Amino acid sequence: MKYLLLVHHNEKAFDKIPEEIRKKMLAESIQLCHQLDSKGQYVHASPLQPETAGTIVRVRDGKSAVTDGPFMETKEQLAGYFLIHAKDQAETISIAERVPGARIGTVEIRPVREIAGLPKTRDS
Amino acid sequence: MGDDVSTGARAKVDEFYRAESRYVLATLIRLLGDFDAAEEALQEAFSVAMEQWPRDGIPANPRAWLVSTGRFKAIDGMRRRARYDASLNELAHHIETTTGDSSEQEDEHIEDDRLRLIFTCCHPALAEEAQIPMTLREVCNLTTEEIARALLTKPATIAQRIVRAKAKIRDARIPYEVPPPSELPERIETVLRVVYLVFNEGYSASFGTSLTRAELSDEAIRLGRLLLQLLPEPEVIGLLALMLLHESRRPARTSATGDLVLLEQQDRSRWNRAQSSEGISLIERALSMKRIGPYTLQATIAAVHAEAPSAAETDWAQIVALYDLLLRVDPSPIVELNRAAAVAIRDGPAKGLALVDELLARGELATYHLAHATRADLCRRLGKNADARTSYERALALAKQGPEQRFLRQRLMELN
Repeated sequence: MKYLLLVHHNEKAFDKIPEEIRKKMLAESIQLCHQLDSKGQYVHASPLQPETAGTIVRVRDGKSAVTDGPFMETKEQLAGYFLIHAKDQAETISIAERVPGARIGTVEIRPVREIAGLPKTRDS
Repeated sequence: MGDDVSTGARAKVDEFYRAESRYVLATLIRLLGDFDAAEEALQEAFSVAMEQWPRDGIPANPRAWLVSTGRFKAIDGMRRRARYDASLNELAHHIETTTGDSSEQEDEHIEDDRLRLIFTCCHPALAEEAQIPMTLREVCNLTTEEIARALLTKPATIAQRIVRAKAKIRDARIPYEVPPPSELPERIETVLRVVYLVFNEGYSASFGTSLTRAELSDEAIRLGRLLLQLLPEPEVIGLLALMLLHESRRPARTSATGDLVLLEQQDRSRWNRAQSSEGISLIERALSMKRIGPYTLQATIAAVHAEAPSAAETDWAQIVALYDLLLRVDPSPIVELNRAAAVAIRDGPAKGLALVDELLARGELATYHLAHATRADLCRRLGKNADARTSYERALALAKQGPEQRFLRQRLMELN
């Protein structure tokens, strides 16, 4: 079963964390990925650029509208994600607990719907 | 003698900075791929010019010379800093090999670059509140302080919006380009909206004591002219015409004491005829292009007013017909309100009032002071003084601008 772990945190609060600690958290996340990989549980993971770099696209009546935001109303932003293999929710929770972002924000666990017909994953 | 020559050359550099720095900047942004790097390169190029031009004379193609000097200085700077950040060496190499040094070749792109800059500053993925400051800063070269004063915001707020917008352009890799033809109509719409907002901000300031902030309107008209030169699309022409026709009435819009003068009471001899006739001939050009948009229609309405010797002698039937067209192209309650006011003159205040009441009952204009002021005026004409008073009071409570508030108070007093 695949699970998507969505890491949310408050970007403003995150920016106030000293650079050194942020670097440690990133290193810890990378390490976690390697640990998951050694157990065949790693699919993909990545931090995201700040939400201010985000853009929203809507298509209505066949017309595309590209806009900024609105992001500012939300307290927590999507900061990154892990896509993993786990046997059940309990195992996923124990992995989520090891995500450094869980200590400063939240990790949302979403079981992935498996659908047919998608191409093979290709990285970079 | 030598001093005279160098003073002359320095003055020339200054003059060139005022006239050309935005062109040079627009090209440097494309070459260097970064707003801040381009701004820095621009300053360096001008400081080299300040040193060299008085000594060696002004180059044959100063604009191309500045672009090429800025590019060289930027690459040079990256090489020097590469000691601390190896990736800069790669970037310097990339810029050096992918962009031409042939200044003449770059000069051909100069108009396109200016347009690229406008489209990037007005990119829909940037926050709306950032598009205007970005355009005024990068395209019009206003300082952060000037923009803040014009938009009645703190300089720090404006500076922050600009910094954020630039970061987003960089981080999200918003392309520095003129959109492809398939996206052009919609993207032009965003650019025109930004220009029109700048104009309106100058024409009828939404807050504050002074009715107009002329400098902003001037900037908007300058932008409109630039756009027309670069992109002669019907609505680009229509917007410039609209701005010129509105602007032509500026001298008559406020009395000597700074009070608002309504269109029907304005001294038409004070209208700027040069501006209105330029506007009218632009409309003729736009209408001949067969794709008629909302700006052109609004400009045409303004032109009917401009051509009328007095309010009474205005072709109100034509104005109502034009509003009907406008409602079809670009429906909005504000257009309906304006149409209702024109109907009130063509068919009498009772007909107009029925339309305004219907419109107010729908709720969209409940907090729009001019809807209540229009209702009040129609009630007054019909002798419904109590209704007029209620509506004037409602309008007064909603108006945010000194002269408009004074005008409404005056009207209320006249009722008593």
